[in-house]
Amino acid sequence: MASQSEVIDRLRATFRSGVTFPEQFRMTQLQSLLSLVEENEQLIQDALHKDLHKPKFETVLSEIQITLNDLYFAMENLRTWMQPEYNIGKNLATRMDDCFIRREPLGVVLIIGAWNYPLHLILLPLVAAIAAGNCAILKPSEICQATEQLLAELIPKYLSQDCYAVLCGGAEDTKSLLKNKFDHIFYTGSQVVARSILLAAAPHLTPVTLELGGKSPCFIYGHIDIQKAAKRLCWSKFFNTGQSCVAPDYVLCTAQTRDALLPALRETLRTFYGPDPGASLDMGRIVTPRHWRRLMDMLEKSKGKVVIGGESREEDRYIAPTVLVDVQESDALMQEEIFGPILPILTIESLEEGIDYINRQEKPLALYVFSDETSVVTTVLNNTSSGGFCGNDGIVHMALPGLPFGGVGASGMGSYHGRWGFETFSHRRGCMNRSWLLERVNVLRYPPYSDYNLGWLRWATTFKKNSWGGCSVM
Amino acid sequence: MEMQVVQRARETFLTGKSRPLEFRVQQLKSLQRMITDRQGEIATALKQDINRSQYDTPLLELIGLENEISLAVSKLAQWAAPRPVEKSLLTIRDQVYIQPEPLGVVLIIGAWNYPWALTLQPLVGAIAAGNAAVVKPSELSEYSASLLKALLPRYLDQELYPVVCGGVSETQELLRQRFDHIFYTGNSTVGKLVMEAAARHLTPVTLELGGKSPCYIDKDVDLRVACRRITWGKFVNCGQTCIAPDYILCEPSIQNRVVEGIRQTLLEFYGPDPKSSPDYGRIINQRHFNRVMALLDGYTAALGGQSDSSQRYIAPTVVKDVPPHARLMQEEIFGPLLPIVTVSDIDDAIHFISEREKPLAIYVFSSNKKVIKRMLAETTSGGVTVNDVMMHYTLNSLPFGGVGQSGTGRYHGKHTFDQFSHHRACLVKSLGMEGVNMPRYPPQNHQKARRVRLAMRTPLVDFSKGTYIWAVTASIVALGLLVALTVILILAAGVSCTCW
Repeated sequence: MASQSEVIDRLRATFRSGVTFPEQFRMTQLQSLLSLVEENEQLIQDALHKDLHKPKFETVLSEIQITLNDLYFAMENLRTWMQPEYNIGKNLATRMDDCFIRREPLGVVLIIGAWNYPLHLILLPLVAAIAAGNCAILKPSEICQATEQLLAELIPKYLSQDCYAVLCGGAEDTKSLLKNKFDHIFYTGSQVVARSILLAAAPHLTPVTLELGGKSPCFIYGHIDIQKAAKRLCWSKFFNTGQSCVAPDYVLCTAQTRDALLPALRETLRTFYGPDPGASLDMGRIVTPRHWRRLMDMLEKSKGKVVIGGESREEDRYIAPTVLVDVQESDALMQEEIFGPILPILTIESLEEGIDYINRQEKPLALYVFSDETSVVTTVLNNTSSGGFCGNDGIVHMALPGLPFGGVGASGMGSYHGRWGFETFSHRRGCMNRSWLLERVNVLRYPPYSDYNLGWLRWATTFKKNSWGGCSVM
Repeated sequence: MEMQVVQRARETFLTGKSRPLEFRVQQLKSLQRMITDRQGEIATALKQDINRSQYDTPLLELIGLENEISLAVSKLAQWAAPRPVEKSLLTIRDQVYIQPEPLGVVLIIGAWNYPWALTLQPLVGAIAAGNAAVVKPSELSEYSASLLKALLPRYLDQELYPVVCGGVSETQELLRQRFDHIFYTGNSTVGKLVMEAAARHLTPVTLELGGKSPCYIDKDVDLRVACRRITWGKFVNCGQTCIAPDYILCEPSIQNRVVEGIRQTLLEFYGPDPKSSPDYGRIINQRHFNRVMALLDGYTAALGGQSDSSQRYIAPTVVKDVPPHARLMQEEIFGPLLPIVTVSDIDDAIHFISEREKPLAIYVFSSNKKVIKRMLAETTSGGVTVNDVMMHYTLNSLPFGGVGQSGTGRYHGKHTFDQFSHHRACLVKSLGMEGVNMPRYPPQNHQKARRVRLAMRTPLVDFSKGTYIWAVTASIVALGLLVALTVILILAAGVSCTCW
């Protein structure tokens, strides 16, 4: 059983050989990864059901299909992404030169996965890392043991063992893994661990991408079709039993809206899961007893009033979809990211009050607004900040590979999905290939200096306002 | 004290003062005025700091800075506008775009070798992106630091863009505060400390560091021009440039001609006694003077080698046949010493470079396209200039930054704006078209699952203006051709028609 350093050294040696650089190699690996997912759907579904009691539907949608989509997108666009970028504005002095930006692989990267979407949160960064020409070490979350084992078994079977390795283990193993030097670290998880990852990366000056979380607020304000809004809200909140980094964490609305919302929520939940969600095949479970206990503690300490749900069962880590009202800013439910099927509703008197509240907290990973009024959506957008934003729906903005997915402030740094992942795992190298001609222009810059030369040089290198790249007068 | 300054900047930022585009443009124009009005004082400060020649100042610092400001003023509206991205069939009626937003309060730590450019260029981007910025110029270029502290509050908003001067302890105190981004230019030792301090607050950083930038000279190249360009890049600012060619790699057969080319150029540039040339600089302080001189220990110079500690003067110096393990080759020189290391061929050169840490820049002099292609493909570095040195820095459409030990992040032109912005992904849907959404809700069944899969599989469509215009034009042309074809067929069929 190879040690961590042996594995890293092997990958580094492979990277140095340049085998991951050619487009053909990257395509082949991406194709193999595609086969891995397509040929093992049943095994994946079983593993996720074992780890998270994930309904098959959710597995297909949020683990399998999203990975396949990103793979198709990467394979289709890889050639374009790899091209040097030539569309660079030049000035007079560089008119005859070849100027371009190359995208180059970084080296050996480390991808640390999370437990809530154990497949796609580790495979989507891997797609980007492969597309960008790197070697990668995958460290899946040890909390989802069935998925971890499946990955450890399948990855070496489908992908090149010299370029990509899976290292399993707990907190101690991760700590020792981080002592090694990587060319990029991609981490999805909590803020506490993120800090220690940054501290481990600093001595090696390793760049880091952090996909964290936070409390994603959801405004329901102004004129709105409350039935439709309730449906989309319920879907986004209770998908994966609320254990999504972009799940709407809490709702902000007026008392009036709240009164209209509650019956709509009840009706929607009944349609979704039937009268007893605990018996529905479509309802998931909390990942571990420890996480279940954390949520139950928060619920018990909360001073809000439970108006929907509230039931729970310790044996199978079940918590019913629960909604609370009369929740204050100081409530136990409002101090940390909930990450469970508990939805507090905070009442506000005005949009400004809600915006002020949000701005007093850390910047969240996502922000949601349900409203028919464009002015409401625009006001919230212009006066808040968040990783991403979705109007009149939840979560789905992260399924579009054209949009960068990432946080800001305490919710993270960097982004990925689609081309953004490719850029994250690449170095953008600025290149200028100077011509031997125009040495007469060059002469202006050499000593001995003179005012005359300086005048001409200034003219030749000054950026001309409103000039088109190709049209400035010589 | 530092805490209050940062606190005030944050309070002012939260009022939204720095966000309106007009405000940002006005501040940038004010910064432009400062540079134009005070050029003389800036040149004097630089002469006192580093014996910078009066011509080098505009050439190396101010022209670039003015260009950055003009570009930002001219393009700000475009940069700050929402950037639409591809949509899928499911989102065809929705608004899908990326909105650049200010990060908040950023910290800019400048360097001493180009104290104005390296401190103010990041500031241009920070202002353009709508942030507040605490500016900490390097204390080693003390005259420039005090001048900046005196001037900036007179031209820019005092609360949003405060200048904090001081040494190590003031910087450490600043780094204890929370910022939304830290931009540091300097050496990797301090770079690591900055990153550690940033880790505590989960603050993203841009590190513009350095390294040993190799310069490979191919056999069959016009040595006259090559040596002139290299000499300029190496000895400008007395070698104290992060992208100066640190050392030369060439085959033994051309080494002597390279030395001769440099010698002739030095004569052209600085005359027989560089010490008395007004265009030749000095080392920033005694500590660095001693450091650079120590690197020369045990080696005889092929050119130069003279020094004068009282003036912190080191002559332009070239050393031949330097072994790879020499001290000269272990750390970034950052001074007017140019070692030449001989390699047997391009393979050897590439191997030599790849074995070492990724540098901030790589230079290749060659007329052979294959050599250039190989050097580009088989090495990596922050940036590259082929057949010249340092010039990739001057084009602000190229991203400027390091990789690996030479740094993280990039700036110049629009890249600075992007570096200091948060790119917020936005999807604004309507509550209509709910029929399409139905399959995703529980209770679940096989048919619903299939429908959702199909819907998710749709390809992305580019709805940008360019594609749209192309699509419309192409459709019109196609339609026109179809009509023409139909008319021709009708005429050919000899069908008589009473309509004409």
